[in-house]
Amino acid sequence: MKALVPIKRVVDYNVKVRPLSDNSNVDLNNVKMSINPFCEIAVEEAVRLKEAGTINEVVAVTVGSSASQEQLRTALALGCDRAILVETDNDLEPLSIAKILVKIHEKESSDLIILGKQAIDGDNNQTGQMLSALLDIPQATFASKLEINGDNANVTREIDGGLQTINVKLPAIITTDLRLNEPRYASLPNIMKAKKKELDTINVSDLGIDIAKRVDTLSVELPPERDAGIKVESVSDLVDKLKNEEKVI
Amino acid sequence: MRVLVIAEHDNAALKPSTLNTISAAKKLTDDVDLIICGFECDNVATEAAGIDALTNVHVCKSEHLKYQLSEDVTQIVVSNAKNYSHLLAPATTFGKNLMPRISALLDAQQISDIIEVIDECTFKRPIYAGSCIATVKSNDEIKVITIRATAFDPCANEGGNAEIVNIDPIDSKGQSEFVSEELAKSDRPELTAADIIISGGRGMQSGDNFHLLETIADKLGAAVGASRAAVDAGFVPNDYQVGQTGKIVAPNLYIAVGISGAIQHLAGMKDSKIIVAINKDEDAPIFQVADYGLVDDLFNALPELAEQI
Ligand SMILES: Cc1cc2nc3c(=O)[nH]c(=O)nc-3n(C[C@H](O)[C@H](O)[C@H](O)COP(=O)(O)OP(=O)(O)OC[C@H]3O[C@@H](n4cnc5c(N)ncnc54)[C@H](O)[C@@H]3O)c2cc1C
Ligand SMILES: Nc1ncnc2c1ncn2[C@@H]1O[C@H](COP(=O)(O)O)[C@@H](O)[C@H]1O
Repeated sequence: MKALVPIKRVVDYNVKVRPLSDNSNVDLNNVKMSINPFCEIAVEEAVRLKEAGTINEVVAVTVGSSASQEQLRTALALGCDRAILVETDNDLEPLSIAKILVKIHEKESSDLIILGKQAIDGDNNQTGQMLSALLDIPQATFASKLEINGDNANVTREIDGGLQTINVKLPAIITTDLRLNEPRYASLPNIMKAKKKELDTINVSDLGIDIAKRVDTLSVELPPERDAGIKVESVSDLVDKLKNEEKVI
Repeated sequence: MRVLVIAEHDNAALKPSTLNTISAAKKLTDDVDLIICGFECDNVATEAAGIDALTNVHVCKSEHLKYQLSEDVTQIVVSNAKNYSHLLAPATTFGKNLMPRISALLDAQQISDIIEVIDECTFKRPIYAGSCIATVKSNDEIKVITIRATAFDPCANEGGNAEIVNIDPIDSKGQSEFVSEELAKSDRPELTAADIIISGGRGMQSGDNFHLLETIADKLGAAVGASRAAVDAGFVPNDYQVGQTGKIVAPNLYIAVGISGAIQHLAGMKDSKIIVAINKDEDAPIFQVADYGLVDDLFNALPELAEQI
């Protein structure tokens, strides 16, 4: 069995992103970049399935600029067997990414595609579901538990009301939630080994799909600031403010 | 322009998020229809028909739609979408799970989690955990959109007389099957609908200590929430999580207890009307968004607070 793990290079989650001074977009100059945290969880899950003997190959794939090789190398150091870079200098939308991943899946004929539930840059939460629809295979989103039994997977999903478990036929799309697992750190020997693993590059134009932008970003601004508040001295002070000034309790 | 809203419901009643979504739809046009996919959901249809803002209520009933699995609902919405310019659903786990499928099959690039309608093509939405707000314009013929419920007031669910139109179900492809669910049962209000929320973080130290928050919540009629750290540590279930990747809330009063104020947490609650923070670290970033900050050990402050309200 083979798992395909699409990962995305994004601004590190500790960075507070600001708009460019002309408000045309966000300012990504000299900010730290990382693997999207949800994609790290996806890599970890696939690697654990391999370690458990359930699957035998884990392929990481990303659509992005040549700089994304760095994140693919990290994925290889975390235990992926091979990596594919679909190279483009454009910042593509989830629908285009999904269309590209359709092609990669067709080439690789994977049994399981594990994605993050959302990329923390655009906060779109779309790619996995779109890929599932385009491939006409089942989806299990926001997974907090995954069990493979033969040709099926039992997936527990984090939903607003609590937890839901569904059974999907493989091949299927899984998207990861935060509590699926705790990703490991790459060890130094594994980082060294990862340098020798296979990393193929495909040019996006060779795939022959329409990746034209559908949505234009007109401007990017800071959200309205909250007015500075005050510190209260005691619980009774606080209760007084909430009862008598704000009248919220 | 004609808008189709996809109803979120549990076969017994509409979820409040549906009412917020209809309000967002009304900002686009007066011609708004609702589609309900479910099983034994006649009460939902009757309730929906009473919403003044709606023209038609389409209802698709079938046993296989009982749990509204996304593959099955997608087929029905897509086959009924052709006369609409916009499809809207709430950006809840229901809408997030469903809408991108519909969007992909209609070959449209979805716009997620909008907080404002500028015109029929242009919307505002938060990006990077709400650090920035982007104004985006869709060039797609059909616009598939999820809306952030807290950004739109709920529409009134009365005064209407919409026509109920039954639509034919489409057989399931049987790709996914429902196995079980564990839904939170609580007498307290739902997080996303509560007027007051009191949330605990890692500073609570254990799940048992959450009773300190619950006592206060019960006195105030409040909901109880949590940070990711508290959920990850197993203090409380996942459905308590407020934040970028949990629930987005905007109550009249949000009380953050033992929560440091990471940007991912703030993303879920900083539009609350009044924010109170209780934290023993006076430099905790949560104080930068709090209207009222109390620097104190929560184990001192909470019993006192419970007594005084
Ligand atoms: C991809 C991603 C998504 C995320 N999504 C979310 C999300 O949706 N929601 C979310 O909340 N987080 C999210 N996080 C996690 C976030 O970055 C923080 O790690 C988390 O919010 C911290 O939770 P906390 O404030 O409870 O814990 P901490 O940061 O550990 O803070 C605990 C606080 O409690 C205080 N404290 C300790 N003891 C006491 C005491 N006795 N009395 C008073 N105060 C005390 C401390 O001073 C401290 O400020 C996400 C992270 C990532 C990477
Ligand atoms: N450029 C990309 N290359 C590969 N995978 C991606 C890319 N963008 C998004 N994904 C995958 O889709 C998930 C959800 O992203 P999004 O729909 O953008 O929120 C991510 O966690 C990745 O697994």
